[in-house]
Amino acid sequence: MSDFISEGWSLYVAIATIASIVACALLLQSQSSRRKGKAQVDTTGHVWDEDLAEWNNPLPRWWMWLFYLTIVFGLAYLVLYPGLGSYQGYLSWTSAGQFRAEQQAAAATYGPATARFVAQDIRTVAANAEAREMGQRLFLNYCSQCHGSDAGGSRGFPSLKDRDWLYGGDPDTIKASITDGRSGTMPPMGGAVGNSEDVRDVAHHVLRLAGRTYDDLRAHRGKQKFESICAACHGADGKGNSQLGAPNLTDDIWLHGGSEASIVETITKGRKGAMPAHRDFLDAGKIHLLTAYVYGLSAPEGAFKAP
Amino acid sequence: MTNAARKPKLTDVSNEVESALYEVRRKIYPRAVHGWFASWRVALVVATQLVFYGLPWLAWNGRQAVLFDLGARKFYIFGAVFWPQDFIFLTGVLVISALSLFLFTAVAGRLFCGYACPQTVYTEIFLWVERLVEGDHVKRMRLDKGPASAAKIGRKGAKHAIWIALSLWTGFTFVGYFTPIHTLVDEARTLSFGGWEVFWVLFYGFATYGNAGWMREQVCKYMCPYARFQSVMFDKDTLVITYDAKRGEPRGSRARSVDAKAKGLGSCVDCGICVQVCPVGIDIRHGLQYECIGCAACIDGCDQVMDKMGYPKGLIRYSSENAMSGVTREGGWLRRAFRPRVMVYSALLLALTAALGAGLYLRNPLKVDVIRDRAALARETREGLIENVYRLQIMNTDEAPHRYVVSASGLEGLAVVARQPIEVHGASAQSVALALRVDPAVVKKGGYDVVIRVEDAEDGSIGVDEKTRFFVR
Repeated sequence: MSDFISEGWSLYVAIATIASIVACALLLQSQSSRRKGKAQVDTTGHVWDEDLAEWNNPLPRWWMWLFYLTIVFGLAYLVLYPGLGSYQGYLSWTSAGQFRAEQQAAAATYGPATARFVAQDIRTVAANAEAREMGQRLFLNYCSQCHGSDAGGSRGFPSLKDRDWLYGGDPDTIKASITDGRSGTMPPMGGAVGNSEDVRDVAHHVLRLAGRTYDDLRAHRGKQKFESICAACHGADGKGNSQLGAPNLTDDIWLHGGSEASIVETITKGRKGAMPAHRDFLDAGKIHLLTAYVYGLSAPEGAFKAP
Repeated sequence: MTNAARKPKLTDVSNEVESALYEVRRKIYPRAVHGWFASWRVALVVATQLVFYGLPWLAWNGRQAVLFDLGARKFYIFGAVFWPQDFIFLTGVLVISALSLFLFTAVAGRLFCGYACPQTVYTEIFLWVERLVEGDHVKRMRLDKGPASAAKIGRKGAKHAIWIALSLWTGFTFVGYFTPIHTLVDEARTLSFGGWEVFWVLFYGFATYGNAGWMREQVCKYMCPYARFQSVMFDKDTLVITYDAKRGEPRGSRARSVDAKAKGLGSCVDCGICVQVCPVGIDIRHGLQYECIGCAACIDGCDQVMDKMGYPKGLIRYSSENAMSGVTREGGWLRRAFRPRVMVYSALLLALTAALGAGLYLRNPLKVDVIRDRAALARETREGLIENVYRLQIMNTDEAPHRYVVSASGLEGLAVVARQPIEVHGASAQSVALALRVDPAVVKKGGYDVVIRVEDAEDGSIGVDEKTRFFVR
């Protein structure tokens, strides 16, 4: 209620509010004073079925005090909480403030549950069944929207269980990815590579690296282009570079599709991937548990049972 | 508001009437009453309160037999554990309760109000305490009118102390349905009550103390909606507590030896007992009034007087409008009980009760929700298969752990990718990520209806089929 276009409106609303309450009190007062006098017998005058009359029975006196109580409540509310124009209220309550208080209360409640694990090594936590269950719940809440409920990813979002890492799969790197996010950029290389035929040549070389079917001649032509341009990030052998998040091109795992058309599009227009940073809304305990969960997803089969 | 001389004569303007919107409540001092109906009332007070105060102390399977765990959203009632998903059963219970109320009301008026309503029951208990401490209704009136004295303060103090103790115990018991009562006892011993627990004990206790100690009949008269809509459930064959004016009038006091007929008097000796015992302070001899809660105290009171006078009982009795006006034979109400209104209520009640019973008996201890991943409709695996991802929420409502296997049908060569079997602890839920795969060489592009079946690994009769969609791109 603090977004009035001018102070006058705030005053106008406040006066109208107070006046209404005062009017209610005056009305109540005028109606509850006891009057005696000659009057009709207290029926409303409505009669049905010969003798069924509606009586005008007075309310009990304490009922009236309840009405006064509502007025007291209303005034107290307006003093404590925002309601009178742009007045903020004695308690300075805001919905945002309440939200923060609830967040703090939640942290105090659930913090201890994660705190036990923070001191432990990620590999130890990953082997703990209870921690993995907690991690899975967190994952379903915060990560599954992009990476899928089974962490299998989809086009443009990497799978987290195929042991193929853009930036590295050791605990610290996973933790850094979650905490600070990642920004994976493949610049558009169409101009650098040349015309569309040149791009197709490079694509066929990449298909050869990945072990897919390719055209011999095109791949041969593309190899030189690849080694002079693409190797800067992907390496001469196409094994990628986890420092830059440049994917390994030799393992036939594709973030944006491995068909010739997809690869041509990738080279021509570039790609952009963004993993948002979670440090602002996940505390250290949750990030620790998530790291352990994600780390455990790609642990060698049989190291421990995932839930 | 007394009801003396309240025959609505609309032309009567002789007496001075107070035309205020509000009036001071006149306190009612009901006289104690004994008899057939009073005994029934005591029996029902004892029965209902044994259940209320006793249930939280019963144990079952090493837990409280009846416990509503709001935090965990699980509701234990003896052998069954109910989940929020079982809300339909609560709905059924509430509908059955309402229909029972309609049926009882149609047959015999405000049976619930008079005998079993918590407001009546606790007022009864509090009145009994009041009688114990302050004496009978005459003594109570004198005590209230009398000047303040040490004796008065002592008696009043003792009464309120007992009331408050009783109310606190009631609040404590109430909270014991939501927090295990043995935990509450430990907390009380160590004074480590939770804030909300304290609030609810005090709130429920205060409501008990206020309603049964102070408000009493006013709850029925001013607050309870039931009194207001009872008239739509009554008909001319409904048994209500009725003063037989034909037999009673003209009323008048007389000696036992006098032959009433010769003096031209009816059976009513105008002793006023029926008014004195009435907990809502009405005079039943004015006929049915909305204040009457059907407690039958006046019947017991009047019958005793009739006995002493040597007259037959039943000057005030359960009777219907039709019986009173001679449309049906007196006592023919049993035959009239089979009228359409009652039959329809009974049939509905029977059908719903049977449906609820069957529903509870056939309740599936396994519940499954299937949620499609929405970010990606379909993805291609390295082998070139089309994969869709789902999240299964598997809820095991049984108290023993179970193992489940998942299968899927509806498409040719549909394969399930998940760790099987899935173990779920007793009375708990688990989220499982699951993928379904098909070979795009076999299936054309488009969306298909598929069925995911979750089945108990040991007992094939426990299973749930959930429909969902599968996309092939």
